[in-house]
Amino acid sequence: MTKLQKRPDGRKNNELRPMTAKVGVIPNADGSAMFAFGNTIAIAAVYGPRQLHPQHMQNPSTGILRCNYDLLSFSVADRKRPGPSRRSQEISRVTEWALLPVLDLEQFPNTVVDVQIYILQADAGTRTAGINAASLALAHAGIPMSDLICSVAVGKNDKTLIVDLSKEEEDFHDGEGATDFAMAKPANSDEFSLLQMDGKIQPEMVKEALKLSIESCKEIYEVQKKALKEIVESPEVLK
Amino acid sequence: MSSMDVSNLTRDTLNKMFSEGKRFDGRGLLDLRDIEVSYGVSNKAEGSARVKIGKTEVVVGVKLAPGEPYPDSLDKGNLMVSGDLLPLASPRFESGPPGFQAIELPRLVDRAVRESGMIDLSKLVIEEGKKVWTLFIDIYPINDDGNLIDASNIAALAALKDAVIPNLDENGNLDYEKTSKKKLPLSEEIKPISFSFFKLGDSIIIDPTREEEECSEARVTFGISKWNSQYMVNSCQKIGTSTFTLSDIEKIMDVIPKKFEEVSKKLKTYL
Repeated sequence: MTKLQKRPDGRKNNELRPMTAKVGVIPNADGSAMFAFGNTIAIAAVYGPRQLHPQHMQNPSTGILRCNYDLLSFSVADRKRPGPSRRSQEISRVTEWALLPVLDLEQFPNTVVDVQIYILQADAGTRTAGINAASLALAHAGIPMSDLICSVAVGKNDKTLIVDLSKEEEDFHDGEGATDFAMAKPANSDEFSLLQMDGKIQPEMVKEALKLSIESCKEIYEVQKKALKEIVESPEVLK
Repeated sequence: MSSMDVSNLTRDTLNKMFSEGKRFDGRGLLDLRDIEVSYGVSNKAEGSARVKIGKTEVVVGVKLAPGEPYPDSLDKGNLMVSGDLLPLASPRFESGPPGFQAIELPRLVDRAVRESGMIDLSKLVIEEGKKVWTLFIDIYPINDDGNLIDASNIAALAALKDAVIPNLDENGNLDYEKTSKKKLPLSEEIKPISFSFFKLGDSIIIDPTREEEECSEARVTFGISKWNSQYMVNSCQKIGTSTFTLSDIEKIMDVIPKKFEEVSKKLKTYL
């Protein structure tokens, strides 16, 4: 399928960066979590379900999900101007759709669940780390969920498929260049709630990339489950 | 009626019809409407095109202006894609700050065009490190009857093909008096086209009317082009509350080169 080639940090093609996950990092929030892929660190807080204002935005048949994703100004090499950008607005919205399929918000009519996601340190894969953190934070907040959402970027450097691209791999320019394919899925079903990609990849390779991402998500799921168990089994760290 | 949201009745009916492979207008689920392309929307633009897909109509203009390069690409011209969902085009569009759809549309066209490499931006340098051309692609829907993204993509390609690089006078300012015949540095081979697949229930359709689009529960858009004689997917974006299964995407990957050939052949002279 793929020829072996040394990755800049010595990882195997299907090897994720070391993952860290911690639940309950923001005491004020109804649920919160941190998730890191190597040097990319995301934190997420959930507030709600709570009354949605303005009232005309309320939906009497269901609660709604509202996500906000952004980079902290100092999370990237060139300081990011604070405040929403078109990029962050787009990612916020696709993040909502990535998480929504596993949530049962019909139990909370007229309410909103706010998910705030911020990147502390960016080294590629920020939206996927953010979604993994948000999924944990929603579970921690006790929102009814049919599954956890797992998210990872798979991609390609020239002709080689790789998982969890670092910034250096995202900026690869030789041959067919770099392809970065962010995806998210419920841990226990092979359907995709987030698909975002740019680069150059053959249609047949898209299929391979998605299969690779399914395998990676299994590893992410284990890390997420462990983090949730830790907070349940050590009540002293419970807020 | 046109200002109302689509009713549950319509959604249920469409869901049922799609599952039987039928549509209101008699098309098959993966059939496109007729596409018409024409040029000459504005003679003040460096290039312009109008695309009609069924009752959907989009105009795109290309403008060029000398400017400074970005610090991380001193040896390349700049590409900027923007657009506005004018309240002229639909009872759904409102003035005010751009919503998700208005943000997403130009970003998707930008990614399909940029990632395919159809424009050689390194040839849009006037004075290396100091002065480069900024290439603006501006998208305006005139009538929204669904599938705006794919229509905008075709219109952007046609406007790029139509465009010329304007002359500069001895002071380096734009000189519109002298007509230019100098074309943009576009690839002969690479012509990215986007295809948006809409899902309702378990059915997947392309080129929806507005009604079909509003009933759909998810959409995935792929930009595809040919590069070194191979099909290359250049961009992808999924939106909506529902999901696409692995087998959905596998089927889409099988059908997309065929659709690409169908549209490329039909629009050969325009793209």
